[in-house]
Amino acid sequence: MCNNPLLKDPYQQLDDYIDSIPYKKENLILILHRAQEIFGYLPDKVQWHIAQKLDLPSAKIYGVVSFYSFFTMKPRGKHVANVCMGTACFVRGSEKLQKEVESQLGIKTGQTTEDQLFSLDSVRCIGACGLAPVMTVDGKVHGRLETTADIKQALAKYRPEGTPEEAKGSNSNI
Amino acid sequence: MDIQLKINDIPLTVPAGMSILDAARTINIDIPTLCYLNLHEMRLNNHIASCRVCVVEVEGRRNLAPACSTPVFDGMVVKTDTQRAVLGRRTMVELLLSDHPKSCLTCPKNLDCDLQALAADLGVRNITYEGEESEFAIDKSSLAIIRDPNKCIRCRRCETMCNDVQTVGVYSAVGRGFETVVKTAFDLPLHDTSCTFCGQCVAVCPTGALMELDQVDKVWKALNDPTRYVVVETAPAVRVALGEGFGLEPGTIVTGKMVAALRRLGFDRVFDTEFGADVTIMEEATELIHRIEHGGRLPILTSCCPAWVKFFEHQFPDLLDIPSTCKSPHQMLGVLSKSYYAETYGIDPQKITVVSIMPCIAKKYEAARPELGQDPVTPDVDIVITTRELSRMLREAGIHFDHLKEEDFDHPLGESTGAAVVFGTTGGVIEAALRTAYEWLTGKPLENVEFEPLRGMDGIKEAVIPIGKRDFRIAVTHGLGNARTILEKIQSGESHYDAIEIMACPGGCIGGGGQPYHHGNLEILEARANAIYQEDRSKPLRKSHENPAVLKLYRDYIGEPYGEKAHRLLHTSFTKRPKI
Amino acid sequence: MKLKDTGELNELKGQSLALLKNRRISSPLTTLEALGKPRHIMVCGGTGCHASDSPEIAALLKEELNQRGLSDQVEVLQTGCFGFCEKGPILEIHPDNIMYVQVSTTDVADIVEEHFIQGKQVERLLYVDPSSEQRLASDFPFYHSQLRIALRNCSYIAPEDIREYIAADGYQALAKVLFNMSPASVIEEIKKSGLRGRGGGGFPTGVKWELTGQGEATQRYIICNADEGDPGAFMDRSILEGDPHSVLEAMLIAGSAIGATHGFIYIRAEYPLAIHRLEISINQAREYGLLGEKILGSDFSFDVDIKYGAGAFVCGEETALIHSIEGARGEPSVKPPFPAQEGLWGKPTCVNNVETFANIPPIILRGSDWFAGIGTEKSKGTKVFALAGKVNNVGLVEVPMGTTLRQIIFDIGGGIKNHKSFKAAQTGGPSGGCIPTKYLDTPIDYESLISIGSMMGSGGLIVMDDSDCMVNIAKFFLEFTVDESCGRCTACRVGTKRLHEILTKITEGKGTLDDLDSLEQLSKIIKDTSLCGLGQSAPNPILSTIEYFKDEYLAHIVDKSCPAGVCKSLVKYKITDKCKGCTLCTKHCPANCISGSVKEPHVIDEERCLKCGVCMEKCRFGAIVHH
Ligand SMILES: Cc1cc2nc3c(=O)[nH]c(=O)nc-3n(C[C@H](O)[C@H](O)[C@H](O)COP(=O)(O)O)c2cc1C
Ligand code: SF4
Ligand code: SF4
Ligand code: SF4
Ligand code: SF4
Ligand code: SF4
Ligand code: SF4
Ligand code: SF4
Ligand code: SF4
Ligand code: FES
Ligand code: FES
Ligand code: FES
Repeated sequence: MCNNPLLKDPYQQLDDYIDSIPYKKENLILILHRAQEIFGYLPDKVQWHIAQKLDLPSAKIYGVVSFYSFFTMKPRGKHVANVCMGTACFVRGSEKLQKEVESQLGIKTGQTTEDQLFSLDSVRCIGACGLAPVMTVDGKVHGRLETTADIKQALAKYRPEGTPEEAKGSNSNI
Repeated sequence: MDIQLKINDIPLTVPAGMSILDAARTINIDIPTLCYLNLHEMRLNNHIASCRVCVVEVEGRRNLAPACSTPVFDGMVVKTDTQRAVLGRRTMVELLLSDHPKSCLTCPKNLDCDLQALAADLGVRNITYEGEESEFAIDKSSLAIIRDPNKCIRCRRCETMCNDVQTVGVYSAVGRGFETVVKTAFDLPLHDTSCTFCGQCVAVCPTGALMELDQVDKVWKALNDPTRYVVVETAPAVRVALGEGFGLEPGTIVTGKMVAALRRLGFDRVFDTEFGADVTIMEEATELIHRIEHGGRLPILTSCCPAWVKFFEHQFPDLLDIPSTCKSPHQMLGVLSKSYYAETYGIDPQKITVVSIMPCIAKKYEAARPELGQDPVTPDVDIVITTRELSRMLREAGIHFDHLKEEDFDHPLGESTGAAVVFGTTGGVIEAALRTAYEWLTGKPLENVEFEPLRGMDGIKEAVIPIGKRDFRIAVTHGLGNARTILEKIQSGESHYDAIEIMACPGGCIGGGGQPYHHGNLEILEARANAIYQEDRSKPLRKSHENPAVLKLYRDYIGEPYGEKAHRLLHTSFTKRPKI
Repeated sequence: MKLKDTGELNELKGQSLALLKNRRISSPLTTLEALGKPRHIMVCGGTGCHASDSPEIAALLKEELNQRGLSDQVEVLQTGCFGFCEKGPILEIHPDNIMYVQVSTTDVADIVEEHFIQGKQVERLLYVDPSSEQRLASDFPFYHSQLRIALRNCSYIAPEDIREYIAADGYQALAKVLFNMSPASVIEEIKKSGLRGRGGGGFPTGVKWELTGQGEATQRYIICNADEGDPGAFMDRSILEGDPHSVLEAMLIAGSAIGATHGFIYIRAEYPLAIHRLEISINQAREYGLLGEKILGSDFSFDVDIKYGAGAFVCGEETALIHSIEGARGEPSVKPPFPAQEGLWGKPTCVNNVETFANIPPIILRGSDWFAGIGTEKSKGTKVFALAGKVNNVGLVEVPMGTTLRQIIFDIGGGIKNHKSFKAAQTGGPSGGCIPTKYLDTPIDYESLISIGSMMGSGGLIVMDDSDCMVNIAKFFLEFTVDESCGRCTACRVGTKRLHEILTKITEGKGTLDDLDSLEQLSKIIKDTSLCGLGQSAPNPILSTIEYFKDEYLAHIVDKSCPAGVCKSLVKYKITDKCKGCTLCTKHCPANCISGSVKEPHVIDEERCLKCGVCMEKCRFGAIVHH
């Protein structure tokens, strides 16, 4: 038997998790969090699987998943960038930051780059308002992103080595 | 405990816990509602307070209160007719309409729509706040129900009905904010879900968002095709509800007028599904006795409700061997029209079109099930239209329904007994079966044919009926949620019954999804049930096995009930289906 | 090691006091004398500083100290937020009473060398007070008008060690409640203190406890609302990161007072650090027998579970929160029934905010009179604000109720950034309003904020200057509510969408005076008809900006201009006679709409201009302006 959790069938992993918690239907949201961790997103098939396992109508699961913005039904890129659109960041220019990140990545908020490297989303205040405007990439906070170069630099860290370094561009304010 | 309050300066005393809405109704003040629906007998209580068209002013409260879901308290002072309240209500309707097609003239719900009526009552003359309108694809996937989410007002009645009463769980509110709408899982076409097509969601939808698939044109086409021999059959529940479409009192029995009207429409033969019902009893009672005598699996479950059949196929695939294999009565009548009748009268069955007039939406779907036909090109029933569609068709044809002279069904497939009539209401199928099984098993005549414990609106009815040496444990349920309760008990071995009647619609077929809308008034269902029993009592014959036309059918054509030919024509099989 | 009774708790406290013995005396609860070594470096581990590498700094410090053989004399600890996030990462050295600000990983070696080996302050890391231009080692003006009750332990103790909390009088209030007070007297004490809910509504906490405790019930629940959805607020997470045990202790107290044996903390999944610290605290509390069966040898049993939100602002609303815990869509439901009557799984449930809870132990220990002596007539105690926006000192501040906005923004906040002028302060987040200059001196409490068209909300306080367009701000908040509306009721689902559409029209210069009327009228109707607090308060940002900044609306509508120069469609770019004809702008204009020959003044074709502003940024002569 293979005991490496990384190699275990993801559905089996999910079932093991569900079996391990005391209440099941009541913990639907927790289970969805775990499922998203395992699969990276929540496609119909996974939702249906959970529905069967918990003996809940699929429509209910779908209703819940579609309600919470944390859950995604589309696969995400390798890195997830979130521009903070909280009030503090907004008044310190996060709208421009968002536009600039969109243009640097060539996608709109809510989309994923063609090479599956980045997904772009927005969040509402991550508690680092002192560093506004901020963006997180994979949970890591990048603050005071005030120029195009700042942003290029921040994103460059997540681009694989050898890709054309774009950060040398101008240092204009965005 | 009673409390005192004032509504529009009128003092009144009502029990504590009552809503403002109900309190106002006691003094004949009506407050409009849209989302609220309390069908107590069906255990449907949709009080999500989402539409906000019932808002009223309550003294001392910062904002307006939804009358449907705000309980009264002692000393409460309510004003339902202030400018503030009326403006609030009208604005809600305007906001709803701002995200709604303004196409009433071509909407199937035209003149029967709660939203439309409300807009008229509240004097909506323009839509002050216009803006983006949602756009959804119309779901025409199924052969029974058309979903047009563009007309959905998010009242969630369908969701409550399907989840709480029917426990099928096809719908959920999906998305958030302006995008929220009631959808199926993963936005699947209804056809690909576990929907049973019971049509109860259609019955409670206040707008045209959920409608039956309209097949009136197909009927017109058949009637106008000189090469077709068009036979029509009508279910028992239709004759006690059709009159409502023409302004008659609920519960008016219009059997004779209905037959006359159908003849005027040009049907070649007007048959009665009740004949099929009598045949069903011959088969089902025989099947029951056969199972008892051969140690077959009990309980036997009735199978004349296609929504119920689809329900157990999806939800209880491991119990597929306990329902009776009998086809439903209209399918039996259909197949007999195209076999026995066709052969007897020398008509080419390929030329016969069978049209069923049903209280039921699921029967549209049922008629198209591939196994329900003698072969792929000869379905038992070709077209199913509902009671509502028939009344529309009669209006289209300009028939003054109320002034028609009563006429009789055609022979031989128009003859029936009282046992067949009671099929139309909950408990009826089992009652009819008992009338026959009793006499067959005991060989003695049954004096009192009315089984009171099996009647009425209780969700689950049980009775132990001694027949000969054996006590028969009978259960009757209606509404799929109740059916689920009983099946789970059977699965767990908690309950032991011999026979169970199950109907998907609360009240049975009189409350079918294709009947004239009850608009929340369940007294209408009661009136229809009473009419059914009245019709039963007026029949000279009240036991299926006494129907001479049926006896002749077996003698001349089928042979033994539950025999080889019967199996081929009158029985069917079931399919495991996934639960979505 | 389970604590079997109060004696053992006190014994542990006695032992643990050594941990705190040489800390700055900042806790209002403990009096300690500085006793010498070992010295402590408290590195801020709040989200702001965390984001600017404070964990790396702490790790490097440890390594450096180790290499220099100082690790047994100097200990490095991670705390919660110091409040002064603007200058993060911050660290404080005890008992030296010295704070270093804006520390970076490259400063670590200097700190060890200069501070600990040479024994002198690292001057360049000291805070420069902008008014006196002096370098200060501690006691910044930022802290002067503050009173830290809810934040009493934040930055003072290391939150990941329960012994530090116990040393700082932790769980003493619980012991008092369990052994020296009856449930009724606890409720009475909270009622008398005048504590009101800090989650926004301001409902008297004692009364809520009383209502939840009433009547017969087989089970009751305590819920801590840590959803904190206000975009631009981080008070609750800071408390959970900096002093998680204070919340657990308060939940225990509430549980014993109303007869609940189970509690839930509903927290946003986006708060990983707070979740992490809570998990540690819950495990430690269980280990010490402060959660679980028969706590401290009493008859009282209580346990706490964490429940995660999944990104829905409306789940901060208590009925929605309850539905979310139950595993459903987080839609609010009508009240009554209130959660106190029928809450989680139909049982009486008391929902309180994080900050509300954080106030409970001090009230129990120091008495309701002490607490009621702070604040204004109807609003007692202090309030934590997340001060942010165009203010010099962005951070977390706690002030007595009744402090004026001016004190918060100018004395504590250090005034407006970049020497611009104050335009408005936004409180209450998407439910609140914008407060203009004329109300800067209003003493802040629940009632006064409502009377000037805003509300306390959970404590977000965003400062705006003259470069902010108030119509655009209103639109920003409406965009938020449209996004976050649960979609259940007509008023909010369709209504807020329509409000946003009208605002968009106005910011695009397509608005009419009728639109302004519609905006006001519809706003009032939505407030009047919405099902839950979200819809009922969503129009507040519109109504307050119309009231105080009507001229800006009129400028957009009548003059088709945006005075702050924010609304793109209304901005016009123009080249002035400062132009040297360098042609730089022409090269960068994406619309190719700038013309002119070399060394001649250039012109912009307004028709084709995309208003991207690139030309203005590029021009080195400041020749391009917008209006
Ligand atoms: C839309 C909406 C969002 C809310 N968000 C929060 C929140 O994030 N945190 C919170 O403590 N209370 C929030 N509340 C208030 C809660 O409903 C509730 O009143 C509060 O948690 C009660 O605790 P308190 O009495 O201690 O303030 C929100 C209310 C509404 C209407
Ligand atoms: S649903 Fe009602 S209001 Fe809407 S178009 Fe149809 S009839 Fe008109
Ligand atoms: S009455 Fe006038 S508006 Fe109405 S259908 Fe006739 S022509 Fe048209
Ligand atoms: S037809 Fe019946 S089963 Fe299908 S969605 Fe409607 S209520 Fe549910
Ligand atoms: S489909 Fe009909 S019943 Fe269902 S929510 Fe929409 S309007 Fe209501
Ligand atoms: S109960 Fe009757 S009307 Fe309802 S689905 Fe079954 S057969 Fe059709
Ligand atoms: S006001 Fe908004 S958030 Fe609240 S119930 Fe209505 S739609 Fe949902
Ligand atoms: S604002 Fe942009 S589009 Fe307009 S002139 Fe300048 S560079 Fe060109
Ligand atoms: S960049 Fe400035 S100075 Fe140069 S041409 Fe453009 S406006 Fe003139
Ligand atoms: S608003 Fe962006 S971090 Fe707070
Ligand atoms: S009927 Fe009361 S809110 Fe819809
Ligand atoms: S996070 Fe470090 S001071 Fe606020």
